[in-house]
Amino acid sequence: MTAAGRPGAAIAIDGLQFSYGSGPRVLDIPSLVIDRGSRVFLHGPSGCGKTTLLGLLAGVLHATNGSVRVLDRDMNAMSGGQRDAFRAEHIGYVFQQFNLIPYLSAYDNIALPCRLDAGRRARLGAVSIDAAIRDVAAQLDITALLHHSATALSVGQQQRVAAARALLASPELVICDEPTSSLDTDRRDAFLALLARSVAQANATLLFVSHDKSLGARFDVQLSLPSLNRATRLDAA
Amino acid sequence: MNVLLALAWRSLRNRPVTSLLTVAAVALSITLLLGVEQARRGMRESFTGTIKGTDLVVGARGGTLQLLLGAVFGIGAPTGSVPYEVYETWTKHPAIKWTVPLAIGDSYRGFRVLGTTPALFRHWRYRSAGTLSFAAGHVIATPRDVVLGSEVAATLGLRMGDTVTVGHGLNAVAGLGDHEAHPFTVVGILQQTSTPLDRALFVTLDGIEAMHEAGAAADGGMPGAMPGAAPAAMPGAAPTVMPGPAPPSMPVAAAPAATPGAAPPEYIPPTNIFQDQPRALSAFLVGTRTRYETLRLQREINQYKAEPLTAVIPGVTLGELWRTLGTVEGGLRLVGALTIIVGLIGMLVALYSSLEARRREMAVLRAVGARPSMIVSLLVLESGMLTLLGCALGVALTMGGFALAQGTIEARTGVHIAVQVPGALEWTYIGIVLAAGVLVGLVPAWRAYRSSLADGLSPRL
Repeated sequence: MTAAGRPGAAIAIDGLQFSYGSGPRVLDIPSLVIDRGSRVFLHGPSGCGKTTLLGLLAGVLHATNGSVRVLDRDMNAMSGGQRDAFRAEHIGYVFQQFNLIPYLSAYDNIALPCRLDAGRRARLGAVSIDAAIRDVAAQLDITALLHHSATALSVGQQQRVAAARALLASPELVICDEPTSSLDTDRRDAFLALLARSVAQANATLLFVSHDKSLGARFDVQLSLPSLNRATRLDAA
Repeated sequence: MNVLLALAWRSLRNRPVTSLLTVAAVALSITLLLGVEQARRGMRESFTGTIKGTDLVVGARGGTLQLLLGAVFGIGAPTGSVPYEVYETWTKHPAIKWTVPLAIGDSYRGFRVLGTTPALFRHWRYRSAGTLSFAAGHVIATPRDVVLGSEVAATLGLRMGDTVTVGHGLNAVAGLGDHEAHPFTVVGILQQTSTPLDRALFVTLDGIEAMHEAGAAADGGMPGAMPGAAPAAMPGAAPTVMPGPAPPSMPVAAAPAATPGAAPPEYIPPTNIFQDQPRALSAFLVGTRTRYETLRLQREINQYKAEPLTAVIPGVTLGELWRTLGTVEGGLRLVGALTIIVGLIGMLVALYSSLEARRREMAVLRAVGARPSMIVSLLVLESGMLTLLGCALGVALTMGGFALAQGTIEARTGVHIAVQVPGALEWTYIGIVLAAGVLVGLVPAWRAYRSSLADGLSPRL
């Protein structure tokens, strides 16, 4: 990896350090660059600062030192509100589980980013939210589930709905935080295949984080957070 | 904002039991608060509206409130009696435009019997200056005429031409013949006024006199029949309409024209009103020529040497009543305010305790782009909606409750409480409660804001 700041990179980290308040250093990453359009697997066992890194990339956390650039925007230079708007417009996010608002239907869950943020909505251009939802639902094979309540769906179905929401209006960056850990092997493989195809179709950069190294082979790039993060190595020493 | 409204609404519907209980708690406390206010306003309007256009109510020396309530509203007994000559003297006073005499004290099957003159129907005004109008028939003219208030006619199923026998307290005693009673014929039925007049029967002063003479004749014959037979109306009746021993001799020839041909042979014709027969009134209503003269006339009547009298200005005396009741109302209002606080605390508890379970939801909302301020708005909208629904339900309950209870309240107390849309004061209360509900929502909202900032996208559960 070369130094951060390379133009056109989806993610460029340079000298990033992060601590929660005055607590111990959780992250110390000298450099990390992820190219646009690449599908990256980031391996990270629990406790290595994985969640914190994702929080920084998504703009809910603020770096203590160094720079974090996402899609050529300096996250540190933005206010909290700007980062929220940036995340809404440019990033799709899939959690490990409980991705959905329990009191909304699958349809309304998918529609949420476009309804909450005008920037994300604008990405659809002339396409209506409804048409976009039907399109992405067809890709992820959940058309029949759209009007089910979120709580009526199986875990696998919920994850597919969450992926549909993350992909709606084709954000540039899709971050998946252990999205398959609650799925069995068959469903996991099916989900990964759907995800890969949909991300490719949307021309998005995919950052897929998991503690399960066996998934890595499916991705263009494999990275290991413990080897990137000097803070954990110091702790381990 | 629409998205957040929809979210807040769905979120509340997702927790139906807590939401409904919270709404119910707010609604009941609003009902209590508005109920007290409505009852207060309704009662005032009912009392004030009953006696419009009368400038003074004059009766025997006594408590002003007792006089007004007894003479006009049929609550309690009037203060005493006013000799008829005294009344006649005052009718000639230059400041007085009209008078209506009232002889009170008799009842017919639980309804008040008012001895008066046709002047009552001309001068009595209620509410927005409405005069009494007849559903059927005409005003009382002869001693055998009776006009019924609308409720009397409806409750007792009386119709035009029916006979009403008011036996002056003895009417209920079995075994007594018709000869001591004085039967009246229904010649008129009033339209509903929603005032105590609906619950009254109107007869002439002569009618009252004749009835009492008939009763007195019976008393003389059967003194042992009295105990236990007298209804509640008796204590007021005795001093009021029977100032002295009933005249022993009846000048039969005096009023032959007034006696209907159908009168039973036992009927003893009453004395004519213009004869110098000693009688007494309970009170009389006065209309003055100008409002300006009312105060002076009141003072003059109160200082009248020949007979101890009390004259009251209805509005002023009612004002005294409201001041007396003010303390009670204040207490009830305080109770209402406290229940509102309890209701809102209940909502606070419900929202606050739900937050722990909703941290995940907040993280999801943050992930799809919700700002922390949206999380705050969501929770404030939820508390605002709960309060709004509670207020709406409370208003509906209050109005519905009064609509349902109206009849019962009127039957029990004679006070007609109109179902009213909340007035300015009630809307102020509702506004304050809504604002308080939103403020209460800020507490869980603040906590959700803090924890969503700390949690980011990964709540530590």
